[in-house]
Amino acid sequence: MSTPEAHRDDFGSKIGMWLFIFTELLLFGGLFIVYSVYRFKNPVAFHLAGEELDTAIGTINTVILLISSMTVAMSITAVQLGHKKKAVFLLAATILLAIVFMINKYFEWSGKFGHGIYPGSEKLTELGTGEVLFFGLYFAMTGLHALHIIIGVIILAVMLSKVMKSTINTEYYVQLENGGLYWHLVDLIWIFLFPLFYLIA
Amino acid sequence: MVKKTDRNEPSYLEYRGRFKGIFGWIFSTDHKRIGLLYLYSIGTFFVVGAILGLLMKFELIAPGKTIMDAKTYNGVFTLHGITMIFLIVVPGIPAILGNFLLPIMIGAKDVAFPRINLLSWWVYIFGAAVAISSQFLGDGPPDTGWTFYAPYSFKTTTNMLPAVLGAFILGFSSILTGLNFIVTIHRMRAPGMGWLKMPLFPWALYGTAWIQLLATPIVGITLLMIVAERTLHIGFFDPTLGGDPVLYQHLFWIYSHPAVYIMILPAMGIISEILPTFARKPIFGYKAIVVSTMLIAFIGYFVWGHHMFTAGMSGTAQFAFSFLTFLVAIPSAIKVFNWLATLYKGSIQLKAPFYWAASFLFVFMIGGLSGLVLGAVATNVHVHDTAFVVAHFHFIVFGGVGYALLAGIHYWFPKIYGRMYDEGWATTGWIVFFTGFLFLYFPMFLLGIKGMPRRYFDYVEEFHSLNIVSSLGAFLMIFGLALVIINLIRSARYGKPAEMNPWGGVTLEWQVPSPPPLENFKEIPVITGEPYDFSHVKSAK
Repeated sequence: MSTPEAHRDDFGSKIGMWLFIFTELLLFGGLFIVYSVYRFKNPVAFHLAGEELDTAIGTINTVILLISSMTVAMSITAVQLGHKKKAVFLLAATILLAIVFMINKYFEWSGKFGHGIYPGSEKLTELGTGEVLFFGLYFAMTGLHALHIIIGVIILAVMLSKVMKSTINTEYYVQLENGGLYWHLVDLIWIFLFPLFYLIA
Repeated sequence: MVKKTDRNEPSYLEYRGRFKGIFGWIFSTDHKRIGLLYLYSIGTFFVVGAILGLLMKFELIAPGKTIMDAKTYNGVFTLHGITMIFLIVVPGIPAILGNFLLPIMIGAKDVAFPRINLLSWWVYIFGAAVAISSQFLGDGPPDTGWTFYAPYSFKTTTNMLPAVLGAFILGFSSILTGLNFIVTIHRMRAPGMGWLKMPLFPWALYGTAWIQLLATPIVGITLLMIVAERTLHIGFFDPTLGGDPVLYQHLFWIYSHPAVYIMILPAMGIISEILPTFARKPIFGYKAIVVSTMLIAFIGYFVWGHHMFTAGMSGTAQFAFSFLTFLVAIPSAIKVFNWLATLYKGSIQLKAPFYWAASFLFVFMIGGLSGLVLGAVATNVHVHDTAFVVAHFHFIVFGGVGYALLAGIHYWFPKIYGRMYDEGWATTGWIVFFTGFLFLYFPMFLLGIKGMPRRYFDYVEEFHSLNIVSSLGAFLMIFGLALVIINLIRSARYGKPAEMNPWGGVTLEWQVPSPPPLENFKEIPVITGEPYDFSHVKSAK
């Protein structure tokens, strides 16, 4: 019997992660297609509905995610250089930033709910079909993205504990790299969601 | 039941790992055991799906209600579709024979991610359980057909959610298998096995894996949109909320047309392995087959619109999709010509795998040519949603995947179980099955041209005689299938012990013991020659 180490292939693991990222991009790609079709059909309604969203919260969340992408990248470098404490700190900071993102999201969504805007609500139906579709897509796409944030936080928490236990170390850090790749993906998708919903109103 | 392999190493069948008994199988990360897990689970579902199909043909043996009413019939054809498509032909060949043979054929000890491989089986079983639960829980079995078309899928009061979610979960299993195979082929080919020295079954799995990876997420998100539509009334596809039901059809077929190439490409790969072995000749046009495999995988993405010619589409789009559909037929035809040229002047051994492969060529050509009838806009409008479509689909998918899978299982049976199947019963089963198949599906072409619509439990009297022929054919085919399956099950237990290379094959799987040891190769082989070089092989027995 050969040992698991004999089968280790870090480069292969990274190819696997990249392939998985393609599938995630295509998953969101389906929603982006639906968005573009309905935006084309309802330009005015999408414009007006987009102005309802709070650009300030959106911008803050974008900055938060960009910084968190930076901290996770820095944590990988820290592990490679053997700076365990620094890596732990940077990963914890990434998780913290993700939580702040979710808190902002919570206030943003509950604000919309407070105004009677949620899928299937009476007020939304009164506004017209374009608005129904805009907010339907808004909740579906940012909701699916938020789900990815939650999954990402879980992955990063596992990575954090592995770095603390030194199972991720200067010799073996491909798992952390893959976790970081996933987090960049979550960031990247938000980079597209932000202008589509908040900016091109 | 199993014997020691030649090197006196325990074979993968008798190897004892961390767990005993059944746990040694359902928690095994050995690609060969996972392949067999898939074989048994997919085989079981296949029997269920086939019985459902038989029940439908029984209902259609006479006009009016024969054994079930309209609502039951709708439920049965939906479940038949979901089972056959999502549980059997989409995962089918890659999951069973791909898992078992891919690592051996490229000279590797296992796939790149053995634990993800096991996970994909568990996800498959979980997805299957969720999909099947739709039959028993809630407000009755789904009745939309396997395509879940909007607006039926969010208007129906039946138990739609588990069926849709089950299909979504099964997609994950498919993605994981595809991802695993791509990395395995990129990273684990034996030294010396350049891309153009790789056998054609792994090539077919490679093309398939890319489609699994890049098309499945689209249907995943589309099914999630149906879930959101039903539970949250978001309005993606609901016209009263501004949505567009035709958009659903587009999204669905963007996946589901490439999915038919997920089904057929590995089948073509099996045929490309069997024909050279039984003709004792190198495959004709190796490179052409490789290129056509990848071309099919690529062009297959751009033809989905031909499912929707009557759904409201501009003339330009109809023309473009029709043209692309004709284009994708070219690489398939290239393969058929290559296979025929391989047989030309070969010294052919008539054995069960060859019979299945040869009949594959026959039914695949009928299926393919009838596909062009559907790809041309004018004739498509005439036969759209008729029995003609059902006949075409079963000729190409059942005729393609079913025949190739049975060909492959007979071909590699000695390798998998270390025992020979019974040739006489296998041949008898094939003759009965093949005859029944033709009687079952050929009349449906004629019925479709006459205008009999699909998916109805009833029909007018003038369609009666052809339906009788078709239904009797169904009984004959199922009888043949039973002979084949019983023979295989019996032979796995009681068959004569098989040698390492009973057919005189030249690919790597024939150079390891039957059944193979746990890690396939004691030493990873070094590849020097071409993949189908028969010059060193003595003539077969």
